Amino acid sequence: MQISILSFTVAAIFYLAFFVFAYGLISKILQYKNTPAPLKIPTMPAPTTQAGVVFRMSKEVVFFESLFKSSKVTWLFGWLFHFGLFLDMLRHLRYFIDPIWFWVLIIQPFGKYGSILMFIGLAGLLTRRIIVDRVRYISSPSDHLMLVLLLSITTTGMAMSFYLGADVISVKSFFIGLMTFNIQNIPSDPVLVSHLLMVASLMIIFPYSKLLHAPGLFFSPSRNQVDNAREKRHVAKWAEDLEKN
Amino acid sequence: MADKKFETPELREYPIIPKLQKDVMAHSQPFIAKDSHNEPLGFPGELVEDWHDVAIKKMGDLQSKYRGLQVYLDSCVKCGACTDKCHYYVGTTDPKNMPVARQDLYRKVYRRYFTFAGKYFPKLVGATDLTKDVLDDWYSYFHQCSQCRRCSVYCPYGIDTAEISMAAREVMDTIGVGQKYCNEIISKVHKIGNNLGLPGPALLDTLEGLEEDVEEETGVEVKFPLDVKGADVLLITPSADFFAEPHVDGLIGYAKVFHEAGISWTVSSHASEAANFGMFIGSYENMRKLAMRIREAALELGVKRIVFGECGHAWRVAYSFLNTLAGPWDFLDQNYPIPQHICEVTYGLIQDNKLKFNKSLNDDMVLTYHDSCNVARASRMGDKAGGQFLIPREVIKATCNNFHDMSKDTIKEGTFCCGGGGGLLTDDLMELRVKGALPRMEALRKVVEDHGVTHMAAICAICKSQFAKVFPYYDFSMDQIVSVHQLVSNAIILTGQRDENDQNDDENHPQQDIDEAA
Ligand code: HEM
Ligand code: SF4
Ligand code: SF4
Repeated sequence: MQISILSFTVAAIFYLAFFVFAYGLISKILQYKNTPAPLKIPTMPAPTTQAGVVFRMSKEVVFFESLFKSSKVTWLFGWLFHFGLFLDMLRHLRYFIDPIWFWVLIIQPFGKYGSILMFIGLAGLLTRRIIVDRVRYISSPSDHLMLVLLLSITTTGMAMSFYLGADVISVKSFFIGLMTFNIQNIPSDPVLVSHLLMVASLMIIFPYSKLLHAPGLFFSPSRNQVDNAREKRHVAKWAEDLEKN
Repeated sequence: MADKKFETPELREYPIIPKLQKDVMAHSQPFIAKDSHNEPLGFPGELVEDWHDVAIKKMGDLQSKYRGLQVYLDSCVKCGACTDKCHYYVGTTDPKNMPVARQDLYRKVYRRYFTFAGKYFPKLVGATDLTKDVLDDWYSYFHQCSQCRRCSVYCPYGIDTAEISMAAREVMDTIGVGQKYCNEIISKVHKIGNNLGLPGPALLDTLEGLEEDVEEETGVEVKFPLDVKGADVLLITPSADFFAEPHVDGLIGYAKVFHEAGISWTVSSHASEAANFGMFIGSYENMRKLAMRIREAALELGVKRIVFGECGHAWRVAYSFLNTLAGPWDFLDQNYPIPQHICEVTYGLIQDNKLKFNKSLNDDMVLTYHDSCNVARASRMGDKAGGQFLIPREVIKATCNNFHDMSKDTIKEGTFCCGGGGGLLTDDLMELRVKGALPRMEALRKVVEDHGVTHMAAICAICKSQFAKVFPYYDFSMDQIVSVHQLVSNAIILTGQRDENDQNDDENHPQQDIDEAA
């Protein structure tokens, strides 16, 4: 089988994107993991046990609890977007596993509606960013562009799944091929190719942008520390050295 | 600067989020520290020649030492949830007082020097060089943050602007741009042992005076011991408690509680200060040195317990950091929390029916309670999360008949700062302090109108001083702020206390009051 230049290029870009994403993200996570938090600074009232911390963190990750307290509008659009993104990513698993797991099959239709939630969420967030003076003030071009990029990914995806259709069989064999180092042809569909290239750029941007909020949350001392300062002495390595003199 | 005329903001009927007014507070800067203030703290006396490089190096150093700082700098998504949460933004409408915008003053420099995007695409991500103008903005706006942590409650990742202000202040100190108020005070504690520079003999004099006052008033010999070896409790309290109103009434309250419970206690002239301004300037080393005085005093006096008086940030340093900074405390009595808050002590005694109160002695007041930020959002009391909200209120309710909380979003974890915390309690920042008090004044005005509240109680020396000062700007009077232990002092009936005619009746049923409170 003849592999097209397009397919080679897209494949190469995906390998690069994956490498940058994985390398960048892992180094960031290691950096967070290895940087000490010398003082106990959980935002109080905080859980007094490790299990309590897991519960607090789950509420933040799943429901965006703190955001709910602060701004209902941002919470609504933000949560719709993330929940939609989550559903849609699960749906996309079907391109990477064969045979497709049962539960991935079950959620296919929900994944499709996920994109609608993403669209509503992103459109709401972008509107808010433009019309609320305080949010406009704190935005850099990159903050707007990030939403535009995600919106473009969402709309090209929706265009394919709702109207244009895509040759999903070939897409799947392309990605399975990538994973087994056996490059396959990708359909030369401009909507599909631009969708994929934008996803690749998102992966490249991820570890070098505010998308680090995803790993960041788990390392945030104000949310992940146990409130037990009086019971358990907590000293960082570098602070221990101060005690020697 | 300090004598600039400014207008007190109007109290609004329905607090709505104000529109931005750019740079209206750019002029607000505290006095800069002199070399004699900086040097004892280990900082250069004045702006160093290669300040730019030193500052960038220090930033890198701090990022590698504090995970919080590193994570916070990377993680903000500019969602804007925190933008209307800062009392300084509400009171001044300066957009750089929105927590995220304040962080961005630091973050834009971080991005420029430490991130790929900022190095190669500065305009795209809003990264800038560290210039004199930026430094100037830092000096203004990182001294318009009281490190109250309100923003961190509402941020989806808990990003704590206080941590970033502390880092910025430490970077500035490292290049010789210190703030006079904080640094002068810290140098006094290093030298003398308290913020006021009050030497031992003066302290002894003051405490003896208090003994006389209390005996005259009650007929009971309540002691105010200084440097007594072998006492059970070492009391660490803010130095304002030694003489200023309403603080000193709180100290009298602690003394009466200890007396009545039969707990022997002492103040130390070596560690005669609860405040630890090392936290405000973000300096671990200075904070630790100040905390070590407490350890030294405890060892020297051979006490069994450490109890802290009413002071907000001091309680944060005590509760959250003391074990880290000056522990381990294995030589103290492990049956008590180390350290313990005076409210915990009083509350425990109330629960055990060890104290008798005549609540009607506080009937001339209708009270509300101001949660101090550092107690509410940075520490705890008791053994359950949220004890820091419950315990002081229970102490108030055990000693007063009339109590009403302010509206829900202005108390407990959502409490608004008094406007003078975080090292800003200085006359050269008066405009900021008055404006920053606005949200609290609005909440107070509301309970005054709805419930006839006459007084606000607090457990923080900074809050008390700040309110005494800014109340008149909002048509309250300075004596409307009271100490929680002042209420205790008013209502407590000491064993053998001289009968006053109007007390006779109630004295027979003090137990009843206690039961009602419990
Ligand atoms: C652990 C997983 C994650 C959590 C808990 C999380 C949480 C949040 C929260 C609470 C916000 C603020 C509210 C909002 O503006 O929507 C936010 C914003 C955002 N998140 Fe996530 N997120 C996660 C993963 C991701 C991922 C994987 C992406 C990427 C593609 C992403 C993209 C974004 C973007 C672009 C924004 C900014 C929205 C705006 O500009 O207003 N998040 N995230
Ligand atoms: S810590 Fe308090 S004063 Fe500082 S930015 Fe946050 S809300 Fe404002
Ligand atoms: S709430 Fe947190 S993430 Fe959102 S803008 Fe403020 S600091 Fe950034």
